[in-house]
Amino acid sequence: MLQDFTAQNEKETRAGFGEGIHEAAQKNANVVALTADLAGSLKLNAFIKDFPERFIQVGIAEANMIGIAAGLTIGGKIPYTTTFANFSTSRVYDQIRQSVAYSGKNVKICASHAGLTLGEDGATHQVLEDIGMMKMLPGMTVIVPCDFNQTKAATLAIADYQGPVYLRFGRVKWANFTKADGSDFVIGKAQIMNEGTDVSIIACGHMVWTALEAARALEAKGISCDVINMHTIKPLDEEAIIASLKKTGCVVTAEEHQINGGLGDSVANVASRHCPVPHEYVAVQDTFGESGKPADLLKKYGLTAEHIIAAAERAIQRK
Amino acid sequence: MRKIFKVFSMELQQLKEMATQVRRDIVRMVHGAQSGHPGGSLGCSDFLTALYFKVMKHDPAFNMDGIGEDLFFLSNGHISPLLYSVLARSGYFRVEELATFRQLNSRLQGHPATHEHLPGVRIASGSLGQGMSVAVGAALAKKLNKDDRMVYSLHGDGELQEGQNWEAIMFAAHHKVDNLIATIDYNGQQIDGPTEMVMGLGDLRGKFEAFGWTVLDIAEGNNMERVLEGLEEAKALSGKGKPVCILLHTAMGSGVSFMEGTHEWHGIAPNDAQLAQALVELTGATTDY
Repeated sequence: MLQDFTAQNEKETRAGFGEGIHEAAQKNANVVALTADLAGSLKLNAFIKDFPERFIQVGIAEANMIGIAAGLTIGGKIPYTTTFANFSTSRVYDQIRQSVAYSGKNVKICASHAGLTLGEDGATHQVLEDIGMMKMLPGMTVIVPCDFNQTKAATLAIADYQGPVYLRFGRVKWANFTKADGSDFVIGKAQIMNEGTDVSIIACGHMVWTALEAARALEAKGISCDVINMHTIKPLDEEAIIASLKKTGCVVTAEEHQINGGLGDSVANVASRHCPVPHEYVAVQDTFGESGKPADLLKKYGLTAEHIIAAAERAIQRK
Repeated sequence: MRKIFKVFSMELQQLKEMATQVRRDIVRMVHGAQSGHPGGSLGCSDFLTALYFKVMKHDPAFNMDGIGEDLFFLSNGHISPLLYSVLARSGYFRVEELATFRQLNSRLQGHPATHEHLPGVRIASGSLGQGMSVAVGAALAKKLNKDDRMVYSLHGDGELQEGQNWEAIMFAAHHKVDNLIATIDYNGQQIDGPTEMVMGLGDLRGKFEAFGWTVLDIAEGNNMERVLEGLEEAKALSGKGKPVCILLHTAMGSGVSFMEGTHEWHGIAPNDAQLAQALVELTGATTDY
């Protein structure tokens, strides 16, 4: 039977980040927050109020922000850079590559407004390639938490985690269903949301809740689903993937990202080496997004529970 | 403040001799690897020798955080032979290791890196335009740590064509990062030719001043006395609410007659005969690795 994950309420994952960094700053005097003119969007208000000396406003200069963050680590600071996901990654890729990843700096790149659910601002802001870009960098940890509680937990956890991290979250209000104290979150350890035998559904970010909705509908049809929240894309919990795929014999991956380079490809990489199985992707099909309401965009670009259900049925048929 | 284990306070004559030794190291390293960038390395030899053997308080026991020490960041990473030489000569690692420059499995990468844990290097550089931001961040960390030591950085003049520099320059003035002395190697040359031909820098002093910096020129950047005077002046100007910029007028290839003043020697290695001639010109020092 599918575990009963009830959404307590709807909250923005970015608000979880705001609470998390405030608490991280209370616990650790080395935590510093930087922003490129998006302090409000990243919910830094409480941090700025209580820790003004540890808040650094960089202005609209993301490349400079990444470099400054790298420099701050020299002296023992734990800098969290904050801006939208697009400006956190593709705009500053070489700065991250050389000054952070190659230099092994303890910078936490915190990225809001990722994916299609950014909505009306359109494709210029809807980065769908960031997971791929960031996971390719040697030494980079990539975390995509699924809800408010988990984003808060991840924001706290990365303060105590040595090395560069990319933390990806979103703009919209979304179901909040993981544990309020974050005790179900461990970096690098897949969260098994449900155990089943017919199909594995592996998702990250907002799509975890969508996967649970799909699993509920599939169970009603008599299809038993393994549902895995793969919140850490790198380092990837390969054992959890292998165990699940060997049990179910097919997999659906679901992510608010391009079909190329994201969670799906990471799962396919593991599967191809250890346990090749039929694999269906629920992802954006190598295209840019557009303006619109988040729910309408998810529907148009194929990222709803209905799409996951159809993909699961296709995967099972291919077994 | 942490104890500084070694005091670098060379006298003028010793500094001049060290700068010659450093130049010998540079041409020998680049010759040995048959690749690398001798031009800018030679041009900044007097400056970096002054910093490492006189001006900066630093600890060759090397601690990444550098708390209680003056820090140096090389933004124009291609002049790595110079950095490696002064680091080795001041005791960060054995001078013999200079022979591994650009070889497989070496800690002395073509461009400086932390990845192989070479003591003395705190950030990778090579992709240009990033070092100013890093130096600003390190200077901010010093302020947060209430550490009153300075941060020094070095940048190519051509490198200022990278826009990120101007983001950092704007930031440093706005946030009053006055524990930073950023030096521009003002040699007027870059790979494709004179900077004024490739992409003119215009009134560099005026640009920095307009951004809110204190600017001073070291008109003879290859004259050790003038370099020392300029650095002392820069230190005296620091701590007054503004970041400080030194326009260090150097000759690319300084010290080796046939390399001097031309972009042709930006990034090529001397052959055996050219090395021999260079070493004849660089006399007085005899502690080659």
